[in-house]
Amino acid sequence: MLKVGLAGNPNSGKSSLFNKLTGLNQKTGNYPGITVDKKIGFYKSHAEIIDLPGTYSIYARSEDERVVINELISEGAKNFDLVLVVVDATNLRRQLLLFSQIRDLGIPVALVVNMADILEKSGWILNLDILSKELQTEVFLLSSRTGKGIRELKNYLKSFSADNYPFQAEDAFVEEKPELEGFLKELKTEFPFEYPFLAWQDVSQDHIFQQLDSSKQSKLKELLEKHKINVASYLTAGIIYRFEKIDRVVDACLDRKTELKQVNLTKAFDKVATHKVFGFVLFIAILLIVFQAVFSWASYPMDFIDENMGLLASWISQSLPEGFFNSIISQGLLPGLTGVIIFVPQIALLFLFISILEETGYMSRVVFITDRLLRPFGLNGKSVVPLLSGAACAIPAVMAARTIENPRERLLTILVTPFMTCSARLPIYTILIALVVPSGFFYGISFQALALFGMYVLGTTTALGSSFILNLIMKNKTQGSLLMEMPLYKLPSFRNSFFTMYEKSKTFVLEAGKIILSIALILWVLASFGPNEKFDNAEQIVKQDYPSLSNEAEINSKVEAYKLEHSYIGYLGKGIEPAIRPLGYDWKIGIALITSFAAREVFVGTMGTIYGLGSNSSEPSTIKQRMQNDTDSEGNKIFTLPVALSLLIFYALALQCMSTIAIVKRELKSWKYPLYQLVFMSGLAYLSALLVYQVMTF
Amino acid sequence: MLKINFAQQMKKGASEIKRLSDLAIGHEATLIDFKNEESKNQLMEMGCIPGIRIKREYDAPFGDPICVAVSGYFLMIRKAEAEMIIVEE
Repeated sequence: MLKVGLAGNPNSGKSSLFNKLTGLNQKTGNYPGITVDKKIGFYKSHAEIIDLPGTYSIYARSEDERVVINELISEGAKNFDLVLVVVDATNLRRQLLLFSQIRDLGIPVALVVNMADILEKSGWILNLDILSKELQTEVFLLSSRTGKGIRELKNYLKSFSADNYPFQAEDAFVEEKPELEGFLKELKTEFPFEYPFLAWQDVSQDHIFQQLDSSKQSKLKELLEKHKINVASYLTAGIIYRFEKIDRVVDACLDRKTELKQVNLTKAFDKVATHKVFGFVLFIAILLIVFQAVFSWASYPMDFIDENMGLLASWISQSLPEGFFNSIISQGLLPGLTGVIIFVPQIALLFLFISILEETGYMSRVVFITDRLLRPFGLNGKSVVPLLSGAACAIPAVMAARTIENPRERLLTILVTPFMTCSARLPIYTILIALVVPSGFFYGISFQALALFGMYVLGTTTALGSSFILNLIMKNKTQGSLLMEMPLYKLPSFRNSFFTMYEKSKTFVLEAGKIILSIALILWVLASFGPNEKFDNAEQIVKQDYPSLSNEAEINSKVEAYKLEHSYIGYLGKGIEPAIRPLGYDWKIGIALITSFAAREVFVGTMGTIYGLGSNSSEPSTIKQRMQNDTDSEGNKIFTLPVALSLLIFYALALQCMSTIAIVKRELKSWKYPLYQLVFMSGLAYLSALLVYQVMTF
Repeated sequence: MLKINFAQQMKKGASEIKRLSDLAIGHEATLIDFKNEESKNQLMEMGCIPGIRIKREYDAPFGDPICVAVSGYFLMIRKAEAEMIIVEE
């Protein structure tokens, strides 16, 4: 099968073409040793297509960009049979730089000129023959949006054979610089190469140089010194040389009659979107609409999942023979699975909206208007996307920080993103708020909605506040540059947004799923066994203690409650009670704290288990009611306002998410930062909850 | 060092030589040189080659970053960066 790489600038419509070529026939893999997701798709059985990260040049500055050059030059630049370089027809000049660089690596390339529909509407005329002849390449004009012209490209892929590739790489730049020629000639005798520009990558890109063996490194250094090659100045000269040629080509082949219609539309809309006042009003309005939609729309599938998984669990527990398998499936596996997929609707919807905002080009305006505001916190405008995604789930949000080139700003963004109110916190907030906040209205807004909004404000403020403090502590203060294209506004492609949503949700299910599921199983074990005979003889003991009980169900529920109290997890809960007493929590909440240590969403499930198990079936009631009525040994209510508030604060600030720890470790390649995060966030959560409880009960 | 150079150029009456950050909104100028070696190549790879026309389109709230039109597209650039870019109006 043909192996095809897809390269191009950001915003060139590359991913949209990838989706058009491969349909849903995609998978996500890994590049060896790094964490950037490798998007692989298949065009029928003809070609395996790899969607490389978007880049302006093969000279890499970020992790994503290093992937591009590493993939291109691996296996002596024979990794791909063909590389399709996608360029936006409305911005040919800038985008052709990448094409000319990749071509000179000696890799068979074809040029795909995208956005043919916009070209046509604006009356611009592109002479493909001249373009093809000047660039010595096959050219395809198509629109990945409308699909026009894609068939020709597909036919080309079907019949392509690297052996019959007719074009030659050139490196005229070398001819213009005689010193370079001398250097390369001597280099060639030492380390034979086919294409000078390919060999040049070894000396011009530090991360590639570092991968060479030390004998080659020292030889290269020696040669550079001998020929007095100043690599940096050649890089600059190389870019200028390429653009001189590109300018000639573009002038010869493109007839730009009028300004693009989109340019005027973009300018007009930007008057509002980047306005001092209206820009922020618009941004906040969009956020409110998105969150409103996410909550109201997601509630239907979430209720559906909740109900049906519950039904499934009870069906299994009734139809399977009683025993180990029944119990582990209906009480361990299924609740764990529910804990994962219950979040999918919210996460999917939020990512759908974020991807639409990116598709339209609006997201870069958000970066534009927030950059200055975020700078005092040590963040930059690009931190907005991870922070917003953090409102869905920290896992993909942490990954989204890859686009931030400055390592310090990226680190800060990753460190504070877990403070954002992710959807896993919502069930906890919802039940605790419902417990203690009255259901009245304040100017038409319910108190409970206001309280929930307050939790979002708390999360965001803590994220920014900690970033501010960390920024003060960090030594390296260099502020990076923020060079970012502000693309023309365009209508979103729902197909693309759907694909992005699908990808991110899949990442969540796989990453978080593994951990949540294993925790659920461990919990089941800890709750199903006890260290002493009190657990095993629960029934006898209960019958002895309550001889008056005759109702089977009542006895059962007492037995279950007794078992839980004397299971491993019960003892654990009691073990930590002295530490959490000052926060107002009893051992039952202690169990929930332990179980939700690895995944905070487990809190509600555990509460359900604890109160469900201890329920008295003659008074059917919801978990909420049971929590409300729960009392300690002296008859005082457990869930008072101070306790609920203290819990709310605790869950807002504590890390309580193993998947986040895992993903931060993967992204920053060190255990140091996730451990800092864990200690800092847990410490802050404990102290704040302590403060709240003690002040309120003083 | 850099500031003295600017001052001298201003005095000489070469009043059109200025920093990109000093270009008025809606004005267009020719890109001359970069004073920041670190971001120079990145800017050039994004099409900002000396000799090209560059126009300050609009500023973000609080005047930073700024948006310029160059090489047929809009580029956002921080003010500190724009101060290191020399243009001729």
